[in-house]
Amino acid sequence: MPHGTLPLLYTFHFYLFGIISVVSALLFVTRKSPVAAALWLVNTMFCLAAMYVLLDAPFIGVIQVLVYAGAIMVVFLFVIMLLNLGHPSEIADARGLGAKLIAGAIGVALLAEVFALIKARTPDLLTLPEGYAAAEVARTGAIAPIAGPLFNEYLLAFEVTSVLLLAAIIGAVILGKRKEADAR
Amino acid sequence: MLPLLLQVAAAPAAHAGAHPLNGTAAEWLWAVVLLPLLGFVINGSLSIIAAYQKGPADPSAAHGEHAAHDVHATDDTHGGHDVHEPDVVARHRYAGIVSIVGPAVLVLSFLLTAAIFIAMRGAGGGDMPAPFIQRYFSWMPVGALNIDVAFQLDQLSMVMMLVITGVGALIHVFSVGYMRDDPGYPRYFAYLNLFVFFMLLLVLGSNYPILFIGWEGVGLCSYLLIGFWFSDKVNADAGKKAFIVNRIGDFGVLVAMFMIFANLGTLEFVGVREAAGTLVPGAALVTWICLFLFLGCVGKSAQIPLYVWLPDAMAGPTPVSALIHAATMVTAGVYLVARSNMLFVLAPVAQLVVVLIGALTAIFAASIGLKQWDIKKVLAYSTVSQLGYMFVAVGSGAFVAGIFHLVTHAFFKALLFLGSGSVIYAMHKAYHHTHSHEDAQDMRNMGGLKAYLPWTFGLMWAATLAIAGIPVLSGFFSKDEIIGTLFSRGLHSTLAKASLFGIPGSSILFLSYVLALAAAFMTATYMTRMMLYTFHGPNRSGEKEQQHLHEAPWVMTGPLVVLGVLTVAGGWLNIPKFLPIGPAGLLEHWLEPVVGEAQLQVTNGTPTELSHGTEYALVGIAVLIAVSGIALALRRLDPATLVPKREAKPEEGFERVLEEKYYVDEIYNATVVKPTVGISRVLLWRGIDQGLIDKAGVHGSAWLARIAGAIGSHVQSGQLGTYAWVLVLGVIAVLGAFRYR
Amino acid sequence: MLGEALFFSAILFAIGVVGVLTRRNAIIVFMCVELMLNAVNLSFVAFAQAYGVTGQVFVFFVMTVAAAEAAVGLAIIIALFRHRQTVNLQNINLLKG
Repeated sequence: MPHGTLPLLYTFHFYLFGIISVVSALLFVTRKSPVAAALWLVNTMFCLAAMYVLLDAPFIGVIQVLVYAGAIMVVFLFVIMLLNLGHPSEIADARGLGAKLIAGAIGVALLAEVFALIKARTPDLLTLPEGYAAAEVARTGAIAPIAGPLFNEYLLAFEVTSVLLLAAIIGAVILGKRKEADAR
Repeated sequence: MLPLLLQVAAAPAAHAGAHPLNGTAAEWLWAVVLLPLLGFVINGSLSIIAAYQKGPADPSAAHGEHAAHDVHATDDTHGGHDVHEPDVVARHRYAGIVSIVGPAVLVLSFLLTAAIFIAMRGAGGGDMPAPFIQRYFSWMPVGALNIDVAFQLDQLSMVMMLVITGVGALIHVFSVGYMRDDPGYPRYFAYLNLFVFFMLLLVLGSNYPILFIGWEGVGLCSYLLIGFWFSDKVNADAGKKAFIVNRIGDFGVLVAMFMIFANLGTLEFVGVREAAGTLVPGAALVTWICLFLFLGCVGKSAQIPLYVWLPDAMAGPTPVSALIHAATMVTAGVYLVARSNMLFVLAPVAQLVVVLIGALTAIFAASIGLKQWDIKKVLAYSTVSQLGYMFVAVGSGAFVAGIFHLVTHAFFKALLFLGSGSVIYAMHKAYHHTHSHEDAQDMRNMGGLKAYLPWTFGLMWAATLAIAGIPVLSGFFSKDEIIGTLFSRGLHSTLAKASLFGIPGSSILFLSYVLALAAAFMTATYMTRMMLYTFHGPNRSGEKEQQHLHEAPWVMTGPLVVLGVLTVAGGWLNIPKFLPIGPAGLLEHWLEPVVGEAQLQVTNGTPTELSHGTEYALVGIAVLIAVSGIALALRRLDPATLVPKREAKPEEGFERVLEEKYYVDEIYNATVVKPTVGISRVLLWRGIDQGLIDKAGVHGSAWLARIAGAIGSHVQSGQLGTYAWVLVLGVIAVLGAFRYR
Repeated sequence: MLGEALFFSAILFAIGVVGVLTRRNAIIVFMCVELMLNAVNLSFVAFAQAYGVTGQVFVFFVMTVAAAEAAVGLAIIIALFRHRQTVNLQNINLLKG
């Protein structure tokens, strides 16, 4: 349900960003060049960030831009450049036509199933009152609604995630190391 | 087991109401049965122990069909001639002990049986209404089925017991002499004792399952004893044939037992007798029960079509033939019918079948006996024929006559077999001395033996006259009673009123009467023929052999004498009422509680009474036939025209057919054996066993596992793309499940 | 806006799936996986607006884990590339058994 005094604005922009993100995703999937694909994905992520903000999750939106689009995709681009994979013509990519059609069919099937499942109803008691999230944000700022549960209820998960990151760092370093044998 | 039995013997088994035999010698019933078993254990152990010690090996490897051998080792008179087969066999190491133990257990058993018999006489004998049942332990309590190990002592089982232990003891004593030099001596007596144990179990059992244990057990011992000299394939095959043909009959007994239990709820003889009243007379159920029981008898007692094992069974030692295939085992079928009398009299159609088959068997076997040359084969076919008579009797409801003939037949047939054993023993010894390899059992090699074996000669003639039915001797009384009763049944009985396949019962009975008379004629003829060729006329054995022919030692001739006395005097057991010579109907009175009611039922409640004139006429006809049979043989057959076997020409024409026993064995071989073997080989062996189970089952499952693995290994392609495909398809499947739950 | 958000999330997810099935370049496949993760994030945030802030916390963790996963995954791809000189999935079949 749209917000407060400008419902139409919100709805319009939501649809706008939604369509742009879908189109970007489609373009991303069909590019031959990995660099072009990556950049289209970045665009998708930007749109998603905008949509998060429109859904009363400004912190998440900012984090999306900073972390996802700004760090993860950058790493992707780094690797593409590192391995010199940027040229589209060298790579015999994508499967044959038949495979594409079947994949398309599978995608449609998946979509249909998900749509069917979306129709499931959730109990009304769980539903928050209208505009609750926005009120929270307006009251305590953007970060506090997330930080509270994060460091209270989900502290364990938080700590485990930090260990996970540590493991990932170590793993990435070791995997990425050059061995003595093929040191060039 | 032994403490249990001692306890049981000490305190009488509890049953409702005291029986007059309680506390008498009858309490030791179990000892009568277990004594032969003890003999088996002892003799068997000796046989096994001896096998582990150095010495002559058992089985007697180079023996073949022959009887006793001379002792070569210490015999110097042969010095300088060709070496014998290397069976330098002295007497068995344990021959002494076995010679005592083997017969002794039987003699003790017989004495105990006699004591119990006297006790029974004291308790009323033929007036003792209820059987004396000793229950030992509960064997199979399963739901509604309650089978106990229990012995039933009544008049019928007492008669059988006396025959078994008495004739058995005599034969055991005879065997001591006959099998003296056989390397398998203890094994022989072990099996013989085991046989007597099973046979006693058969006649003493108080219910069908115990009877059946005995039934099967005697079949087993028959197999073991027929194939006693099993290193000769012919003997082993004969044993197998006996067992397999018997098995067909056993199936019949089993099915009958199932039907009895299913419909009457009990397998005890006493119980079946009481419950028989609930059966509908003449209905299909009771008829089929009786027919299945009779199938068992056809197998065990060698009737058409399952008689073929009995002549082949002559491959066993002669005392075995005497005991098993003349006196006891083959009579088990007759006993079974007599024991099931209350069932049989409810099924006139089944009775007609029994009578018909009995009569046909009698004449069929008698005709074959006319042309056999082996002395034992003649007697074998004679046994088959006489068994036919017994079945004619019990089939027509004349149970007393059947049992009477069973007893007298045991006497004179055992005498005949043991006498032939004596003859074969003498022939064998003679051939051994001259190192001849002629057939010691073929009548063409005998002749004029009366000069050399006078006792055997006289006694065997007594038996021959008895079997032919000459008056005063036992066979006359029993045979005459059968034929007379058959005639009166044809006139008036439930059988006469029934019909078999549309033919009226009275016709069948009269036809059987005619067949029985014809068979009696042939019996007299072939038995006289046998005596003629064996004992009369010139001797064909050879001049050198004649010097060595002599009578057997007294350990063998003694039992012959005893049997001779019984053969002559046995008729006294059941003299018919119309002959005013002595106590009439002793056996009939004795057996009345067991079969009397059934016999009345056959004649619709009125006891059979033919007029005296008719009776005398029937007797006269029978005697006339017997005498004319003997006369025919004496006139037409000239022993002087015979030549020894090796020079004999083969027979031609119908005589050939008779000699080849109507080619029945060949027919069975072609129609039953070959197809069965063929189907077994092609279908069951190659097809199912090798093809289905081996190829498809064992190798096939291995092949399947390999192929599945080979195909399955393609799943691990290592291609990430494939894995992704499969993953997504799985997700769609799961989502679909969620959606459509 | 829950319904619309879920609608877009579903479409983006399906596009990601098709991309994974269709493309053979390992890095592009990886990026399609990231796209799928983003679509799921959108779902979570949409639900968070209706049912509470837990959804956003979860998105937080998803992003963190995605970062870690991207790092390690790309390290693997680099190692593979050094070994096989290719990122074409068809030629990478070391798991074949």
